[in-house]
Amino acid sequence: MIQEQMTIVRQHQLTDDVYELVLAGAMARLPWTPGQFVEVQVPDPRLLLRRPFGVAALDPAQGQLTLLYKTVGAGTAALSQARPGEKLAVLGPLGHGFPSDFLQAGKQALLIGGGTGIPPLYALGRQLHQQGIQLTSALGFATKSQFFYQAEFAALGDLACATNDGSLGFRGHLGLLLDTQFADAQTRFAAIYACGPTGLLMAVNNRYRDHPHAYLSLESRMACGVGECYACVVPAASDTAATAVYKVCDEGPVFATGEVKL
Amino acid sequence: MTTSNHDHQNHQATNEHPAHHLASADRLAVHLPGLDLKNPIMPASGCFGFGQHYAELYDLNQLGAIMIKAATNEPRLGNPTPRVAETASGMLNAIGLQNPGLEAIMGEKLPWLATNFPDLPIIANVAGTTEADYVAVCQRISQAPNVKAIELNISCPNVAHGGLEFGTDPKMAAALTAACRAVSQVPLYIKLSPNVTDIRPIALAVAAAGADGLTMINTLVGMRLDLRTRQPILANGTGGLSGPAIKPVAVRLIHQVHQVTDLPIIGMGGVMTASDALELIMAGASAVAVGTANFADPQACPRIINELPQVLDQYQISSIQQLIQETAVVR
Ligand SMILES: Cc1cc2nc3c(=O)[nH]c(=O)nc-3n(C[C@H](O)[C@H](O)[C@H](O)COP(=O)(O)OP(=O)(O)OC[C@H]3O[C@@H](n4cnc5c(N)ncnc54)[C@H](O)[C@@H]3O)c2cc1C
Ligand SMILES: Cc1cc2nc3c(=O)[nH]c(=O)nc-3n(C[C@H](O)[C@H](O)[C@H](O)COP(=O)(O)O)c2cc1C
Ligand code: FES
Repeated sequence: MIQEQMTIVRQHQLTDDVYELVLAGAMARLPWTPGQFVEVQVPDPRLLLRRPFGVAALDPAQGQLTLLYKTVGAGTAALSQARPGEKLAVLGPLGHGFPSDFLQAGKQALLIGGGTGIPPLYALGRQLHQQGIQLTSALGFATKSQFFYQAEFAALGDLACATNDGSLGFRGHLGLLLDTQFADAQTRFAAIYACGPTGLLMAVNNRYRDHPHAYLSLESRMACGVGECYACVVPAASDTAATAVYKVCDEGPVFATGEVKL
Repeated sequence: MTTSNHDHQNHQATNEHPAHHLASADRLAVHLPGLDLKNPIMPASGCFGFGQHYAELYDLNQLGAIMIKAATNEPRLGNPTPRVAETASGMLNAIGLQNPGLEAIMGEKLPWLATNFPDLPIIANVAGTTEADYVAVCQRISQAPNVKAIELNISCPNVAHGGLEFGTDPKMAAALTAACRAVSQVPLYIKLSPNVTDIRPIALAVAAAGADGLTMINTLVGMRLDLRTRQPILANGTGGLSGPAIKPVAVRLIHQVHQVTDLPIIGMGGVMTASDALELIMAGASAVAVGTANFADPQACPRIINELPQVLDQYQISSIQQLIQETAVVR
């Protein structure tokens, strides 16, 4: 983990409210596990807390990393106004990413992403693709105009899309797409990785609780981002007596299915 | 940094304050009961945990001391989430004193600090539900070799029992102080709550009961609502407000308490910069803790320490000790 002033290389609007931000700095050359995240100080001094974002792509050769984020409030709005050449204070790599050491070339893995949950899955997909893992991605958005990185995911392997209104791909929730198109997922995929809204994570958690390698990446309100303030906790699933919690920033954000209470 | 060039420019100031030539280390040193600190800056309780993760970012030996997360007798799980919410120039938290409990703190956290940073003074923040809880934790934790002082947290606004109940009633605060003082092997600082009509009777009551010092301020009770859900943002409903938004309140309360008691004060509340730290010292503090700033800038503490000599120069203050003495005279 380091803290550094990273330089904005470029910023690009992908949809009405999703931006692609490329940052340059030494952090991009550190060892990363996909699923690890950064905390960014947004360019508005009134906003004290850093914003956590997954890392969508790493380019150690160029010393660059890519974030994909949606403007949802004051912090991301301020970030979207930042211009190339400006510097942002960034802390990372943070947390524990997606386990994948157990995957051997030729095996199949499923990536399940909803909305702004897809950035860390793209970083993971690129790495697994290079390692010869056969990838299938199932991505869900509210509607076609909100889709981003469709071509990027398609380049990694099979792609199934779902929209709530049916404007692109399957009509309905991703959980339903999984039931209809991937009824054999439990046995077909050696690993299942999901990131997205809580509803999606619950759907994945319920379906693949007993899969030996199914993982969820969680979001949580954070303050320190490094594991010292106890802001970001999630209860352990085992914990009927309420005696254990995990810190999402430090022990997560990735957990195995069945591990946490969503 | 005192460069010769700078001395030349501030020739007059240099003549007026020979101490200006103190080595920069000595300019920053402060001495409080139990605490000989190389500089007056320390992370505030709950905003730095037990320091392990911050040690990945910088050498904790740069710090004057560390105020560790509240210790309770039993492990505590804290409140439901969300536990934090941002506010204009501040934040609300309702962590609920989550901590691994006295056993783990004595067995793992404090020894880790002692092994890696043997010269770093630790101030142990102690919390509880009953007087017996507080006494038990004070007795044991004050025996840890690196614990140089206790900060008695009688001002946590985020737990249903203990904490604030003790901190808002002078009689209860005094009784608790006396009981803890009787068993503690190290000086006892009482952490005061700003959530009272008049803070002075509480400060005087704990002073009379044997407190060795005061720390202030803990967070101010606040609340935020989500317009969409029409519910509080924090699962706990209310939380404690901290950060730059509360600095003027901290300055006022430290000033008020400093007028009525000689007890040394460790000040905190909204410190983001070396100038903020000096402002709290001018108000009457002898050392300064930095809380929320660690979240905005994980290197806030070493940054403030490094900025201090320059800001001292800027205001022609020879040393922190000199500023503390001046403040005492002004009173
Ligand atoms: C590990 C992790 C990875 C993330 N990765 C991405 C990503 O790759 N792309 C993306 O678009 N978003 C991501 N998010 C969500 C992103 O952090 C929030 O959308 C962002 O913080 C909102 O800031 P704001 O000021 O615009 O919103 P506001 O609602 O004004 O923010 C107010 C406060 O709430 C916090 N907050 C609000 N929403 C969230 C949330 N969903 N999760 C955590 N904190 C929140 C903010 O950080 C801030 O402290 C991630 C969150 C986490 C925890
Ligand atoms: C997330 C968080 C956790 C805290 N936990 C504790 C605690 O365990 N014990 C305590 O005495 N104070 C606790 N505090 C209060 C701080 O130590 C400090 O008194 C207060 O935040 C004001 O300083 P600041 O504005 O620099 O943050 C906590 C504050 C925050 C923001
Ligand atoms: S955000 Fe501080 S412990 Fe996770």
